[in-house]
Amino acid sequence: MTKSRRSAPLLPPEAGRDLPLLAVCAILVFLACLSVIGAAGAWQAAGGWSDQLASEMTLQVLPGEDGDGDAAAQQAGTLASGLPGVISAEVRSRSASMALLRPWLGNTSLPDDFPLPRLVTLQIDPENRPAPGAVDALFADAPYRVVVDDNRLWAGAIARASATVRYFAIALVVLVCGAAAAVIVFAARAALSMRRDVAEALHLVGAPDRFITALFQERFFMLGLKAGTAGSVLALLAAAALNLAGGSAASLFFLPSLAPGWGVVLIVPVAAFASGLISAIAARLTVASGLKARWP
Amino acid sequence: MDQPSKASSLTDETGTAAAVRFDNVGMRYGRGPEVLSDISFDLPRGSFQFLTGPSGAGKTSLLRLIYLAERPSRGLVSLFGEDTTAMERSALPAFRRRIGVVFQDFRLLQHLSVFDNVALPLRVAGQNMRQYGEDIVELLNWVGLGHRVDALPPTLSGGEQQRAAIARAVVSRPEILIADEPTGNVDPEMARRLLRLFVELNRLGTTVLIASHDIGLIRSVNAPVLELADGKLNRRARSA
Repeated sequence: MTKSRRSAPLLPPEAGRDLPLLAVCAILVFLACLSVIGAAGAWQAAGGWSDQLASEMTLQVLPGEDGDGDAAAQQAGTLASGLPGVISAEVRSRSASMALLRPWLGNTSLPDDFPLPRLVTLQIDPENRPAPGAVDALFADAPYRVVVDDNRLWAGAIARASATVRYFAIALVVLVCGAAAAVIVFAARAALSMRRDVAEALHLVGAPDRFITALFQERFFMLGLKAGTAGSVLALLAAAALNLAGGSAASLFFLPSLAPGWGVVLIVPVAAFASGLISAIAARLTVASGLKARWP
Repeated sequence: MDQPSKASSLTDETGTAAAVRFDNVGMRYGRGPEVLSDISFDLPRGSFQFLTGPSGAGKTSLLRLIYLAERPSRGLVSLFGEDTTAMERSALPAFRRRIGVVFQDFRLLQHLSVFDNVALPLRVAGQNMRQYGEDIVELLNWVGLGHRVDALPPTLSGGEQQRAAIARAVVSRPEILIADEPTGNVDPEMARRLLRLFVELNRLGTTVLIASHDIGLIRSVNAPVLELADGKLNRRARSA
């Protein structure tokens, strides 16, 4: 009767030897995940801005000489709200206009007769926008001047900026993944070199290349999985911390939020699996080419 | 004197393809000089032969060609009637599994127990441990390692490592058994016992080729001897 046995792993456990490699891979995954989270935040923010711009129009009402700015703004708002496609008009007071100028003028109070433009925000139905020029035509004969600021002009710029951020993030992720693959290739070569005895013994007892590469592939898949999990969790924590610490600053300077929603937690399994997959493929190809070079 | 099977002849009397055939084989490492030149011989199926010659004569290189660790620079090496020189490398592992090799330096994996080292060819062939567990223990008992089943190679003596290497080479009942100085590290009694194992395997149909300097070992079996000198096959004779 033989005692119950389990097959020992053909590749010896590397214990602490894999730790530096694990750390490098985790850092690369961390950077890739931050890029993805940043890009997702920028995307979401740009989407929000675009929607907002598409559904708003601003009127700058410039009262004439001796004109009553508040009355002019009120009248402009009432006229504009009657246009087809305008849902509502919100007239901003003089103090609201003052508040907008405060970053440039400070708390200096302007003389009461200073012709400060008043702002009227029109809520537009994006599906049924007013005809082009219709708003301008509305105020052609008005005793005050109205400048129509169609915010759609900004939408293109925001879309372009958002696309740039997105492409930049994608390029960064591709670069980081490439760097991770290169690190794994280097590590797999080192592992094969260090475990040449195993590869040779298996080769000579008739193991096909795929049997040998599978051993290294499995080892590196697990390493990539661990690095991916650690790196993505750290990136999530870092994004949450950045969001908490700099959320108000981000909104002040129109920077994208780094917390694009709860869905972002999906990055952990996705990054872990992707990291494992990249590691496994890189290791497999490297070991296969090493075996072919050793035994043509 | 041990007697190998009657198939120990230089020609294949049955008309079937030889287990190993070399035709004008030359071999060089890289761009170096030829270490083997114009080697031609047959190992008929079921034969038992010795390979001898001084150090540096090319014995190990010749064995490496047989167990497909190297390819010849010229000439033809065929196994079981198939030309392996022109064969795709993906087809070679199947041939290697039909050959058992006892290496001079044992090539045991230091992190695996004796049991796992011996089980390696069966594991590679996809067999389940339930199928082979008891066979391996029995084989290890036979080669006198029954008490070292779970030992790691670094804790074994040279002779014990050699016996473990022999057990690994024969565990899958290979059609060809190649041994490079298989008794170099064991005492005379164990050497006789291992030789009996080789002869027994040969009687069961395995083609055996043993490279050795040991004249006593060679004379203890009545078998043909291939003698190499300076990379050339000089002489064919019988050991006794």
